[in-house]
Amino acid sequence: MTESAPRCPPLSCRTSPPQGGRSAASTLLLSWQRWRLAKVGRPAQSPPKWGRWPAGQRGARQSAVFAFLFLSLLGVFASPAHADEAALRPIIAKFAAAKNFKATEAVVQELAATGDPAVERPLAALAEGDLYFRKSDSAVFIGREARQAIKLADPLTGEEAGEEPKAAFTKIKVNNALRRSIRDALGGLTLGSPDANARIAAADTMFKTPVAANIEALDAAIAKETVGSVKLKLEQARASSVLVSDLPEDEKLAAIDIIAGVGSRDALSLLTGYEAGAEGALKDAASAAVASMNSTLALWASAQNVWYGLSLGSVLLLAAIGLAITFGVMGVINMAHGEMVMLGAYTTFVVQNIIRTSFPGLFDWSLAIALPLAFLVAGAVGLAIERGIIRFLYGRPLETLLATWGVSLILQQAVRSIFGPTNREVGNPSWMSGAFDMGELSVTWNRLWILAFSLAVFFLLLFVMKRTSWGLQMRAVTANRRMASSMGIRTPWVDALTFALGSGIAGIAGVALSQIDNVSPNLGQGYIIDSFMVVVFGGVGNLWGTLVGAFSLGVLNKFLEPYAGAVLGKILVLVLIILFIQKRPRGLFALKGRAVEA
Amino acid sequence: MSKSGPILYLDGVSVAFDGFRAINKLSLVLDRGEMRAIIGPNGAGKTTMMDIVTGKTRPDEGEVFFDGQVDLTRHDEAEIAMMGIGRKFQKPTVFESHTVEDNLVLSLNGPRSIFPALFHRRSAEEARRIDDILGVTRLGDKRSTLAANLSHGQKQWLEIGMLLAQDPKLLLVDEPVAGMTDAETEETARLLKDINQTHSVIVVEHDMHFVRELGVKVTCLHEGAVLSEGTLDFVSSDERVMEVYLGR
Amino acid sequence: MIAARFLGSDRRIFIAIALLVAAAIVVPVLNVAVPAGSAFHVPPYMVALVGKYLCYALLALSLDLVWGYCGILSLGHGAFFALGGYAMGMYLMRQIGSRGVYGNPDLPDFMVFLNWKELPWFWYGFDQFWFAALMVMLVPGLLAFVFGWFAFRSRVTGVYLSIITQAMTYALLLAFFRNDMGFGGNNGLTDFKDILGFNVQANATRSALFAASAIALALGVFVTWLIVSSKFGKLLIAVRDAESRTRFLGWRAENVKLFAFTVSAVMAGIAGALYVPQVGIINPGEFEPGNSIEVVVWTAVGGRGTIIGPIIGALLVNAGKSWFTGALPELWLFALGGLFVAVTLFLPRGIVGLWDQWRDARAQRAVSVAAEAGTDIDPTPPKAIRSQSSAQAGEWAKPSGGPEPQPAE
Repeated sequence: MTESAPRCPPLSCRTSPPQGGRSAASTLLLSWQRWRLAKVGRPAQSPPKWGRWPAGQRGARQSAVFAFLFLSLLGVFASPAHADEAALRPIIAKFAAAKNFKATEAVVQELAATGDPAVERPLAALAEGDLYFRKSDSAVFIGREARQAIKLADPLTGEEAGEEPKAAFTKIKVNNALRRSIRDALGGLTLGSPDANARIAAADTMFKTPVAANIEALDAAIAKETVGSVKLKLEQARASSVLVSDLPEDEKLAAIDIIAGVGSRDALSLLTGYEAGAEGALKDAASAAVASMNSTLALWASAQNVWYGLSLGSVLLLAAIGLAITFGVMGVINMAHGEMVMLGAYTTFVVQNIIRTSFPGLFDWSLAIALPLAFLVAGAVGLAIERGIIRFLYGRPLETLLATWGVSLILQQAVRSIFGPTNREVGNPSWMSGAFDMGELSVTWNRLWILAFSLAVFFLLLFVMKRTSWGLQMRAVTANRRMASSMGIRTPWVDALTFALGSGIAGIAGVALSQIDNVSPNLGQGYIIDSFMVVVFGGVGNLWGTLVGAFSLGVLNKFLEPYAGAVLGKILVLVLIILFIQKRPRGLFALKGRAVEA
Repeated sequence: MSKSGPILYLDGVSVAFDGFRAINKLSLVLDRGEMRAIIGPNGAGKTTMMDIVTGKTRPDEGEVFFDGQVDLTRHDEAEIAMMGIGRKFQKPTVFESHTVEDNLVLSLNGPRSIFPALFHRRSAEEARRIDDILGVTRLGDKRSTLAANLSHGQKQWLEIGMLLAQDPKLLLVDEPVAGMTDAETEETARLLKDINQTHSVIVVEHDMHFVRELGVKVTCLHEGAVLSEGTLDFVSSDERVMEVYLGR
Repeated sequence: MIAARFLGSDRRIFIAIALLVAAAIVVPVLNVAVPAGSAFHVPPYMVALVGKYLCYALLALSLDLVWGYCGILSLGHGAFFALGGYAMGMYLMRQIGSRGVYGNPDLPDFMVFLNWKELPWFWYGFDQFWFAALMVMLVPGLLAFVFGWFAFRSRVTGVYLSIITQAMTYALLLAFFRNDMGFGGNNGLTDFKDILGFNVQANATRSALFAASAIALALGVFVTWLIVSSKFGKLLIAVRDAESRTRFLGWRAENVKLFAFTVSAVMAGIAGALYVPQVGIINPGEFEPGNSIEVVVWTAVGGRGTIIGPIIGALLVNAGKSWFTGALPELWLFALGGLFVAVTLFLPRGIVGLWDQWRDARAQRAVSVAAEAGTDIDPTPPKAIRSQSSAQAGEWAKPSGGPEPQPAE
């Protein structure tokens, strides 16, 4: 159990703390929660955030605690007052005098009892083992060790307070039990916070560790709450508390409904625990709710798999789409295709490097700048390959395959010679970092952007092929080269530009892939077989086939993974494709026709 | 009608490629020992019909029976070839890196599995047949020439020679005189009539002189179906045929 | 009859086999019996190196049988090579017995390390040489048979086939990297001690392995020659040049290919089995798709569709590789990449093909000179030349009118 980070960011907690006579309320809340927890017995699959407590220390003072807790919580809302730092400092100073864990815990509880969010900083520091006192004057500081010295900061404000030799300080010791107390104390501080997120966090905590005594406090909070989303959370917390209270059955049934409506894993574990101890109609209702939530959660799990699959599919689509043009339209097997992707990724690296050293402010624009450059770089290399090698090999696909493999070796070694064999650091711009939750789905921004980007590239390409005169020429050349040529289309140039287009698209795929993969000379090799599989599976010469192929292979892969493991899943997909090609040698969306070959 | 009489029997055969109906309820009956000329404008479905008979294309619907009860739609190219249907392609297709003689060796009827081929030794009978065919197709002096180095007309003859070596019951001959001189055309017509003494033959040809030379029953295909059937004179005087060939 | 054909028309094959047999006898003698100081002494590292090259040559020859003669460009022949190698490696692992690091008499070291309690069933029998030798041929052959049976029957051809053979070796690469496959995972099989009771490291054993490789290659040449000079060989070339024509003649092209593919895989497996004791290790890296493609370039350099071409190519390219990686390691990939490009652009028939072309042209000139002089000379070139050039004409003999891209169907 190492979780120590407080749920709300320090600054937001500090601004205007509610304050009242909450003496020891948090602490008592804690022991009550422990007791409930032990009784409810949370199932093991719930995230191990709060852990399972030994059932030994359930308080004998329960009834007294009830009243006390009730009153103190009421007090929180009834009479908010502001404590200044001056009131807290003497309590903090007591840490220096605490000689054992028990004494330290008493101080922690006293601090928590002030209900002032400002105590969060010293408590968090204490849990991290970063709280020290000076031997000479017993002044308490947050300290960070730096070799022999120690960097000091004020325990309340966090202002730096210089550096002093380590030997002059004593670390205030903590053990695991103490860390738990601290963490729980921090969690209970925030139900009345003016910050909506902090209130939500508090409600979530109460939801997960329900106590009947919370109901009144929650009722009061619900009555006062104006923000809809927070209110919902508070009501859910109330429902979970109702379940463990002595309220009448119909209230509990309503509570089960509400909890079932939450649908999260926490709600499921709450209800599963409740179901075990319930009787009669309540048990039935809980069982029904658990069953429906289980199936909902299974749906969410599938949805998450679909999302992972779509994400993988978008990567495959990006890697394969350029190939779909060179292979599908021109019949050229470009084994150097992966290296075009790699060139795009290295272009991104170079662009970011220049931005970092010369224009740091533009970093968020680095990808936008890299995109056209990568297209040009890879496209130019592609053009050179077509003019220099491939045009002599048309009609000999196997030889083209070998020659372009040679090109890929040369490009790899060239990049290795210039940039070195190791991975290069390509950063995520801020708008591509982080993640968000959607229901029970967790979605990272960079994956979402790449999905959007791959679709954008796909439809742009489709537009170019279907709606521009260049696309028309390309299709004309594909359909009947001699005819196109005699209509005045310069077929060699169409070939060259088509190949350059395919390569350029590989280049911009490289920009996107640099965000999720290691940028190394081997980057391209990892994609070449997969991209060929996508194109062949989808049906050569059909862009829609590539789209469907990429996403279905992505999703298939991710659905196999949980059963077979990542590597075996991939092997299975390869085997399935090999078998599929046997069945439909021309892919999913193959054109039928009287084959020209005799 | 009994299915055991004719050598080839097609009834209500249709096949479509991506919505385009290449063959549309085609029915055709070829009697044993008959030679039939098939004409028709481009895209009438002549080659597709041959593809269906030789097992290259599966029809979407319809019946195809060979030599009585054999349902050709259930067999693939090699099986059909072994049953005795030989095919000459529109574009002459011979093994260009082999000599004329080796082309014939590979075509001679006989066992078609791997191990006999591995341990094959040419018998006197085979040598005699090869000599015969070389004589008939007038390729005697080209015996050791690579097929790639033959003229277009010679390749056509070599392919016909390969058909002879195969000794099938039914020959499908696609445009045998394309690229031939008039003399060669006449020669080919005589050769085909010769072959017809012992074999059933279907000839697809555009060259009306050649068809007239053959003097056999003619079937005109259009848009995948039979437009007209009869003697050449009858067919060529058919108004619908004239419409198709000359436009409205 | 075979002997007549052998001595008469295909002199080149005879010379190649004779040279290989001679090497199999002479090199070990020069290594073991001639003292180290002598000018005729062949140093042990040379024996090991050339022995390795001979295995590569056999691998290239096996690829040539399917690519050069049957038009199947397999990008997965490295997989058959590696499977043969693994079968031999398993035998060598079992020979270690209790001399491993963990001293376990029943389990190879890596299994002890992974906490395995008993030998997996697929390791049974590998303590017997005859069984391992059987598996060396059976496993690659069976894989090729099953793979080919599916692929050829559904008429996967050309680049599609190349791509799925590549996918096959890639899938095997991933599989063999897994520890729980039971083949040593990432590290593969190594630390061999004995083969047939002789120390693998010993000079005499290495010489014997060299001799075995040379003899195996000679046998490979002989078998390949028997195959391609039979009627079946003509059929192979016919399938390469006009597959559907052979079908309409009643041949089962898929069976023709399947036979060649399987025989070729068995040859590749034998090459791998001889390779492993000489290099002392087999690991999943041998399944790398890149390795298989490299084999293609050996064959292309020497001249596909000829029997001695791939041997010459394998020896030359690998000698070049040894030199490059020693002298200019940075440049080796440039050189190899350039070789791929240069061979496909400028040397499509490889070295042997070029040589034949040149000799053909000279013979033609002689004929025309003779004709001008009024001398009567048989206008057909000697049969040896004809059969060589005929073997290659197919794929390059394209209809006139410059190269043009063809959209893949």
